[in-house]
Amino acid sequence: MSSATSQKKNQSIRETRIMTANYAAAEAVKLCDVQVISAYPITPQSPVVEKLMEFIEQGEIDVEFVTVESEHSAITVCISASAVGARVFTASCANGLALMHEQLHWAAGSRLPIVMAIPNRAVAAPWNILNDQQDSISQRDTGWIQIYCRNSQEVLDSIIQAYKLAEDVMIPVMVCYDGYVLSHTLMPVEVPTAEEVKSFLPDYVPHTILDPDDPKNINPVTLADPRVNAEGVLCHGYFEIRYLLQEAHMRAIESVAKIGTEYGRLSGREYGILDHYRDEDADLLMVSMGSLASEAMDAVDRLRDEGMKVGIIHVRLYRPFPAEVVARAVQKTGCRGIAVIEKNVSYGYEGALCSDLKAALFDYDVPVFAHSYIAGLGGRDVKSSELYDALKKSCAYCDRPRDKQRKDQEWLNCRI
Amino acid sequence: MSLKTTTLTLPEEEYALQGNRACMGCGLSIAYRHGLKALGKKTILTVPASCLTVLQGMYPISSMLIPCLNTAFETTAASASGIKAALRALGKDDITVVGWAGDGGTSDIGIQALSGAAERNTDFIYVCYDNEGYMNTGTQRSGSTPLGAVTTTTLMGKSEHKKDMPQIMAAHNIPYIATVSPSYPLELYDKFKFAKDIKGTRYIHILIPCPPGWGFDPRYTVQMGEMAVKCGMFDLYEIIDGVFSFYGQTLRIAKGKKREPVEPYVRAQSRFKGISDERIEALQQWVDKKWKLYEDMGYCE
Repeated sequence: MSSATSQKKNQSIRETRIMTANYAAAEAVKLCDVQVISAYPITPQSPVVEKLMEFIEQGEIDVEFVTVESEHSAITVCISASAVGARVFTASCANGLALMHEQLHWAAGSRLPIVMAIPNRAVAAPWNILNDQQDSISQRDTGWIQIYCRNSQEVLDSIIQAYKLAEDVMIPVMVCYDGYVLSHTLMPVEVPTAEEVKSFLPDYVPHTILDPDDPKNINPVTLADPRVNAEGVLCHGYFEIRYLLQEAHMRAIESVAKIGTEYGRLSGREYGILDHYRDEDADLLMVSMGSLASEAMDAVDRLRDEGMKVGIIHVRLYRPFPAEVVARAVQKTGCRGIAVIEKNVSYGYEGALCSDLKAALFDYDVPVFAHSYIAGLGGRDVKSSELYDALKKSCAYCDRPRDKQRKDQEWLNCRI
Repeated sequence: MSLKTTTLTLPEEEYALQGNRACMGCGLSIAYRHGLKALGKKTILTVPASCLTVLQGMYPISSMLIPCLNTAFETTAASASGIKAALRALGKDDITVVGWAGDGGTSDIGIQALSGAAERNTDFIYVCYDNEGYMNTGTQRSGSTPLGAVTTTTLMGKSEHKKDMPQIMAAHNIPYIATVSPSYPLELYDKFKFAKDIKGTRYIHILIPCPPGWGFDPRYTVQMGEMAVKCGMFDLYEIIDGVFSFYGQTLRIAKGKKREPVEPYVRAQSRFKGISDERIEALQQWVDKKWKLYEDMGYCE
């Protein structure tokens, strides 16, 4: 907003309400003129769809809601509805998201702009309904964009941005937020007006690829090599089609930044690829995704008070992985070490974010160690004091020679 | 129901083109061609992994003039639900949505999505073309393979009877169910045409003789379908709003025409090669029992 008066005018019609991240997700969907919703109940996602059903019943939104018999069908309904040209939404997590796995590939391979909310939850076995990020991290190679949020406000804002992003690069988007920690926690959320959202996200121009007036056979068997069509024109093979998905992902990094800036002009809340907290002159960085990055602010403040220069980088965009942006951000701080604390693990190695980060640092020649900490699996409480201890532990490695900085992966508060 | 379609009144428009990838003598290509004629241009198809995917052609060459969304094996009915929901949302109410899957895609892996869509009475036509096995992947057993049939996963012949898919659908109380055969293409056309004008979930089950999978010369496809009906291994009927009625050859049997024994039908196919007399008898009893039930229900005259 350019002038102070218009800023004020906008604020006067916006509402700030207290809501959970789940309701924030539903509010965002309401504002985005979604046309088809399909979902299947799973804890802690259920309030998202219950709220949406309430909006429909009260006539606040006009949506085709398909109450399916499984998550596999929910995502399938979204895929097919999107192929006909409707703006669609679904939400799931944990085992439900795992059941969707096959269709997540299908959605991304079809280049459909689907948006899904994921209140992150642990994946069985054993059964656990509480929070970690193993569910969405396990889907990272399906070709979806993944955005992680730190609070309810970011959930609402990110879903609105996700539609713009998905429709810009034609890639489906997951908006992930920690189950219970965010999904069921009441926080103040400023809700933009419908007019504001409309100006940011115009009416969906149907991307209709399934039309009797222009009959096409969508997603038939496609060979690896290019092949000529009936008119003699050489068409892509599977390999080229998949390359185009990768290319669009790399393009999406810039789109996320551009859309985040544009959203900032609208709402006063600018979004980027990363979020920073006291990282300007940090010796040690904590890198994380989701609510941990905001919960760690207390620990960072305490360490700062004690004279240790610690800061936080929150990776908002995890796929596509903004390797250069992250590496340059780390380099800019001039830090000497990184503690990656995350609620997932790639079994047999380390936290997925830690591996990705290390590869990025290597590629961009930023010789800084990164320690992998696994925390909070299955809803294990992550205390500020544990984050403090972990960061302090990594701080101690900063003064060592490079070959003495490697540290075994650590599971925070694991009582074995 | 309107007048029966004849070869003189059958529309000339073709939506399935020549030179497609169907096997020689494929029963599906007859059913598909006549089914599409009845459905017409304003149709959207969704098709899972199946022989039909092969028939429709590999990218970027297609053998059909109806738009089709290929979908994952178990998702046909859910995919159709999504297409229908979007068409409603976009105000396009004049398009018929059709899911067209094989017997594996229907009675095995796709039954959950189908049951869900039928329970919701989703406004679409579900077509199951039943060639009694996973023929596209090289003839493996499905829940719809009959007793005694040899497949690559039932080397000694299948030891269970086939699943009665139309009756499973009847238990969902959907407005329309029909069983049809490509050996009677005009009747098949009429049933598709009738189904098209009904709202809600409609289910059409087609028994498809499959020359390579069943083991008979491609020239006998039509005869094989006729034999299946005449011996009662496959019966032609409709269930309109819960009201059951036979038609065609099966109606003639119900009216007293002698039902053929199953043995010649079984002997005509190499998938039953080496079948024991006991198993032929078991198949005969399976048919007799089914017909006893028809009589008990008052379906016969």
